[in-house]
Amino acid sequence: MSRKLLLEKAHVEGIRHFDVYRREGGYRSVEKALQMAPADIVEEVKKSGLRGRGGAGFPTGMKWSFLAKPEGIPRYLVCNADESEPGTFKDRYLMEFIPHILIEGMVVSAYALGSNKNYIYIRGEYAWIADILEAAIDEARNNGFLGKNIRGSGFDCEIYVQRGAGAYICGEETALLESLEGKRGNPRIKPPFPAVKGLWDCPTVVNNVETLAAVVPIINEGGESYSKIGVGKSTGTKLISACGNINKPGIYEIDMTITVEEFIYSDEYCGGIPNGKRLKACIPGGSSVPILPANLLLTTAKGEKRLMNYESLSDGGFATGTMMGSGGFIVLDEDQCIVKNTYTLARFYRHESCGQCSPCREGTGWMEKILKNIDEGKGAMSDIDLLWDIQRKIEGNTICPLGDAAAWPVAAAIRHFRDEFEWHVKNPELCLTKNYGLAHYADPIHVPVTA
Amino acid sequence: MVTFSQDKLDKVAEIISHYPEGRQKSALLPVLHLAQETFGGWLDVPVMDYVASLLKIEPIEVYEVASFYSMYNLKPVGKYMFEVCQTGPCMLNGSDDIIAYIKQKLNIGIGETTADGMFTLKTVECLGACGYAPMMQLGKHYREHLTREKVDAIIEECRSKAN
Repeated sequence: MSRKLLLEKAHVEGIRHFDVYRREGGYRSVEKALQMAPADIVEEVKKSGLRGRGGAGFPTGMKWSFLAKPEGIPRYLVCNADESEPGTFKDRYLMEFIPHILIEGMVVSAYALGSNKNYIYIRGEYAWIADILEAAIDEARNNGFLGKNIRGSGFDCEIYVQRGAGAYICGEETALLESLEGKRGNPRIKPPFPAVKGLWDCPTVVNNVETLAAVVPIINEGGESYSKIGVGKSTGTKLISACGNINKPGIYEIDMTITVEEFIYSDEYCGGIPNGKRLKACIPGGSSVPILPANLLLTTAKGEKRLMNYESLSDGGFATGTMMGSGGFIVLDEDQCIVKNTYTLARFYRHESCGQCSPCREGTGWMEKILKNIDEGKGAMSDIDLLWDIQRKIEGNTICPLGDAAAWPVAAAIRHFRDEFEWHVKNPELCLTKNYGLAHYADPIHVPVTA
Repeated sequence: MVTFSQDKLDKVAEIISHYPEGRQKSALLPVLHLAQETFGGWLDVPVMDYVASLLKIEPIEVYEVASFYSMYNLKPVGKYMFEVCQTGPCMLNGSDDIIAYIKQKLNIGIGETTADGMFTLKTVECLGACGYAPMMQLGKHYREHLTREKVDAIIEECRSKAN
């Protein structure tokens, strides 16, 4: 049983409310932080090794240290709660069930960064969660943890909740800032980075919900102690939202030392695959990260057991590895069709492309159409190469990473499942009633012995 | 003439107070949500013009935003809108069947509204409920772990609420 830092109290009755949360030790980190110098808090976060939990995995302490601090200009902290990456629903869980851990983490972070007005930008569809957060904010204010001169520290701190309105792109931090300013969610060209010119042209830090919540245990226990949990540069705990063909979909907090195999099959986590079916493939970090066939998922190309952490999941690069991403863990059993799955993801990215950059705006549409054709038995062999060509021309050629996010799932599907695509083309009628099945995707991989 | 009631105008003023002086345009998304809820579930041009006047911005600044975000409806919709997720994780758990069932049950296509103006069927992309698939959004809330029986019950529930 791994240690829980965020969800330890998630099942305490009434934990959504301030009184219970406080009784269970909540808001201690605010009391501790207000006795510290803001720079020392940034130092603790640096020591913790915490990496951004939204998907990019950038070190949080380093991001904070980039924040410009010109005299007389306000600074802002914005919480990115625009959770929209298919397969990802962990922030929702945190905000819905323990909203105060986010508020607490934000107050500490705001104090560290010197931000008096802070915003939670939450995806519009999570409408009822916005209400839960607002209720929690009111409770925190009524108890002196928000508002003017909190706990007599001289520090003023307000948090406002703002709902988006249905646009995946607003999870990209500069698109989020545009949206918060009341505009279309078109990502900005960087530099300048938000740390210099962000919300209303002021220095801004944008952090994911889980990242800000993790600041609470870091301050309570110290950055060094946090950094000892996990392995290598994967410190602390990570929330994984598990879905697809598993017995126990849901949110799991893991310390990043367990194997992927244990995560899928252990009763403590996903509990295996329903109806005794076999594992075919998995997208372990949200829909943008490369899909892997069962064999490469469970074992790296070197033949080592793959672990649920940043380094191990990306072992082998994109040739044989994938990414931790947002922790959206999507499992596909032997009856699932990779072409169909890739098609739905391509449709998603076409729908969510903001339209600013031609390679993404046009390319995502082309990929969707071609994949739909192949899925419906109307594809040609040359379509597979065409898809490969299109995704290569999108990747790296757009203002924001949505282009890459749209390209990678298509690239990985062709890289690892090319014969399934070919089977669809060669069997245009059969593919409408039958799947390619597990084929060889779970077979042990021959690892060449090196001298 | 489109106007908010006094308590809604107070709400708008409260939202504007979240931002620094002169940044009232930031209130656009929340005020559009409020307008859509208030004026029949969609944003007609006079409604958008009214929002522009409240925030002291040009109407085009409202139109370009309203047309960008998928939650704003630019055409009338039914009293109840079924927004069914169809992205990867929901598809793996049978969302195609649920969508087909709703189409057949309500005798409408995707994007259409029943003749009595009661139901609209819309397909949407990932709503962040992947572990509880298949699912749909209905008003402010999610309906999860959908089955044909649950869809029947939801339709009945809406009909009885409307009566």
